[in-house]
Amino acid sequence: MNINKLDDFTIVIAGQAGQGVESVSVVMAHILKKQGYNVYASKDVMSRVRGGMDSVSLRVSTDRKDAFVDRIDLFIPLHSGGYKHLEHRISEDTVIMGVENPTDTKREVKKINFIQVAQDIGNRIFANIVAAGAICGFLGINKELPINKLKEFFTKKGDEIVNKNIEAFKKGYLSGAHVAFNLDIEFSLVNKSDMEDYVFMIGAEAIGFGALAGGCNMMSSYPMSPATGVLTFLAQNAKKCGILVDQATDELGAINSTIGAWYAGARGMVTTSGGGFCLMTEAVSLSGMTETPVVIHVAQRPGPATGLPTRTAQEDLNLVLYAGHGEFMRAIFSPGLPEDAYNITAHSFDIADTFQIPVFILTDQHFVDALYCAPIGEFSEKSFENNIEVTEKDYKRYQLTDSGISPRGIPGNGKGLVMADSDEHDEQGRITEDMEFLRPAMMEKRFFKRKKLLEEVALLPEVTGEDDYEILVISWGTNKAVVNEAIERCSKDSISHAYFPQLFPFNKKVKDILKKAQRLVIVENNAVGQFANLITQEIGISFSERILSCNGKPFSVEDLEEEFNNL
Amino acid sequence: MTKTEQNEKSFDIPKSIDNQWCPGCGNFSILHIIKKSLKDVDWSPQDTVFVSGIGQAAKFPQYSGANYFNGLHGRALPVATGIKASNPNLNVIITSGDGDIYGEGGDHFIHTIRRNPNITLIVHNNMIYGLTKGQASPTSEIGLTTPVQPDGVYTEPINPIAMAISLGAPFVARTSAGNPRHAQDIITQAFEFEGLSVIDIFQPCPVFNKVNTYQWFNEHTYVLDEAYNPSDKVNAFEKSLETDKFPLGIIYKNENRATFENAIGIYSENKEPLYKRKIDFSIINNLLNERK
Repeated sequence: MNINKLDDFTIVIAGQAGQGVESVSVVMAHILKKQGYNVYASKDVMSRVRGGMDSVSLRVSTDRKDAFVDRIDLFIPLHSGGYKHLEHRISEDTVIMGVENPTDTKREVKKINFIQVAQDIGNRIFANIVAAGAICGFLGINKELPINKLKEFFTKKGDEIVNKNIEAFKKGYLSGAHVAFNLDIEFSLVNKSDMEDYVFMIGAEAIGFGALAGGCNMMSSYPMSPATGVLTFLAQNAKKCGILVDQATDELGAINSTIGAWYAGARGMVTTSGGGFCLMTEAVSLSGMTETPVVIHVAQRPGPATGLPTRTAQEDLNLVLYAGHGEFMRAIFSPGLPEDAYNITAHSFDIADTFQIPVFILTDQHFVDALYCAPIGEFSEKSFENNIEVTEKDYKRYQLTDSGISPRGIPGNGKGLVMADSDEHDEQGRITEDMEFLRPAMMEKRFFKRKKLLEEVALLPEVTGEDDYEILVISWGTNKAVVNEAIERCSKDSISHAYFPQLFPFNKKVKDILKKAQRLVIVENNAVGQFANLITQEIGISFSERILSCNGKPFSVEDLEEEFNNL
Repeated sequence: MTKTEQNEKSFDIPKSIDNQWCPGCGNFSILHIIKKSLKDVDWSPQDTVFVSGIGQAAKFPQYSGANYFNGLHGRALPVATGIKASNPNLNVIITSGDGDIYGEGGDHFIHTIRRNPNITLIVHNNMIYGLTKGQASPTSEIGLTTPVQPDGVYTEPINPIAMAISLGAPFVARTSAGNPRHAQDIITQAFEFEGLSVIDIFQPCPVFNKVNTYQWFNEHTYVLDEAYNPSDKVNAFEKSLETDKFPLGIIYKNENRATFENAIGIYSENKEPLYKRKIDFSIINNLLNERK
């Protein structure tokens, strides 16, 4: 078998919604990480609660591999529908262990009827644990650790359930070990002790931890896939961490109450996806005009309208870039891996607080739902600073200053009064229609001066690969890892990668990095290359190639390797 | 009280500030009444925040010497909820109109009542859109003609009192700018009330609504007598359905509802507003370590 001596192995589990595909993946991921392997898991699920066909790809490796691959080394169909669902990814080298393929009886399948085994134990619900056992047996993992994990996991449900699950696991384990023995498979996955320092989290949770590190103490949001994970994470930890979490009645309420919270001194965030964010756009303008900070997480999914709720896209950069009527400044960030999400989200709170503007964190379904082992260390005390000042009697909320930033007072903290107005206003905050002096002065303050300040602190792209590059591939957000790996694997010389953690505004130094390349190539999950167009518009450099996809799926390493070879 | 202390608690603004309301507008009367009620409860401007949306009534905060957040059309209620929940020590008052609160902000009216933050909602109800120059509002009566409704309004007016009672608002009152003493008494009680108080206050718009004048409101309202018991919800609901002559007074009151700030739990042990709190990093580090 070709899978011998692999140090990078992909397992795909497929089944109907409700069959526990996700829960078996989570259990497996924990076991494999404890074993000292790097694990990355990405979901391919339908927007339904029962039936359909879902799958999870679980990539196990010695070195850190956080990108989606098409290749399947071990395929675990819990249901025969999995064959059709994944036919484009199953190859001759794929080992199949599970139910048979009713339409192709010639293809070799190591038959394990997980449901039948589970029913023999007493209930079909144990089928996913039988599968977990089979995978562990196949990989030759010591039984003790997974069994302890199962005990821990099911202990609340009583001894009988614990014992049945262990029985299910052991039965599966035997079958899996038998398959591996017959195939004469040998793994060279090396377990690393430093995996203990890595923390396990999905992208949404990395945003949540970053929010905590940034001093977030308020969230009001309306549930919407795939953005809800951040709301759930903060709600689960609200009491422990003293965070005000409220499920808003709609997106308009969510962002307006978050703006109210910042006005009163809290540090709030909303989490939403494209459609929900559309409803928030008027309030983005309110944040701009009243100079009230707000942090907005937008997890993209394919549109327009309801689109594909559980799939991935990068279609909403233009939306967040231009959201809100009128002209005012904003900053847009795009984390690529959990450690980026953690640092960037914390940083977003500081940028919002310091510059008193709306700040965006733009992610996507692939990132927020994927499970990673992330190198995130402990929090330090100096994680964030609050720029709130005690007000004096003659306090002016919109005082004109050289920098353009007015000291930020909040009500009830000093002798002054804090007057915030969505109308054009004077320095105090009262309505004005003075177009000779005040209007131009306020535009200067809100837009031009802030643009300059924000450009100075804008994050630089991270360039990987050779210093002396001819081709520079540009990515943002979710494509960071997949582009990195595809570049390593491709046969091209002098090709490097620049991942942009910040999409707007641009640091002045970006131009030099881009100018060094003879050819610029963009990789984006949208139809036109929205970020490429923004770079051309803002920096004046054009792209020679655009690698674009808007089919709702993430790029795979194989896709991009081929694209790069053809450049 | 010394004179300086009195001045420090004054909600007056400098005379130099230009007022954009029209002569004879009911808003002047309401401004005067609210200032008197603020004196009754002895609140300081520094601890008081006016929140409004857009409209003539929503300009109210501009003419009061307190903190304010003059936000978007219809969105005063969620802003106010966010402020109060982040700092419960602040006194939060919403002053906006019928179009802003019942029309554009109708969804927030419903769901803020469900949340029950301890804030006072004063809806200036003149049954017309003033700032946009005289179109129908959600409370315009059937038959009222306007430039946009030349054949008269045909949509059923909202009954905000019945709506608020049915949703469980704990303090629901109606008063009139034409009866300043009554209005002051109601608004003072609302300020003192623990929970969301909804006050619909009738006011004339002498420029755009020639039907619902001070005289009309006098003829079409009556003050509830002292025997009226506002704690009986069914009785209160029945009262709210009287529209030939609108009853004025506290129509419904329930002292037993938990406020939003109490229900969210983050103030049960630590009373500090959010901006004064420090994050306990050890808690967060424990959360991280659980994932190793």
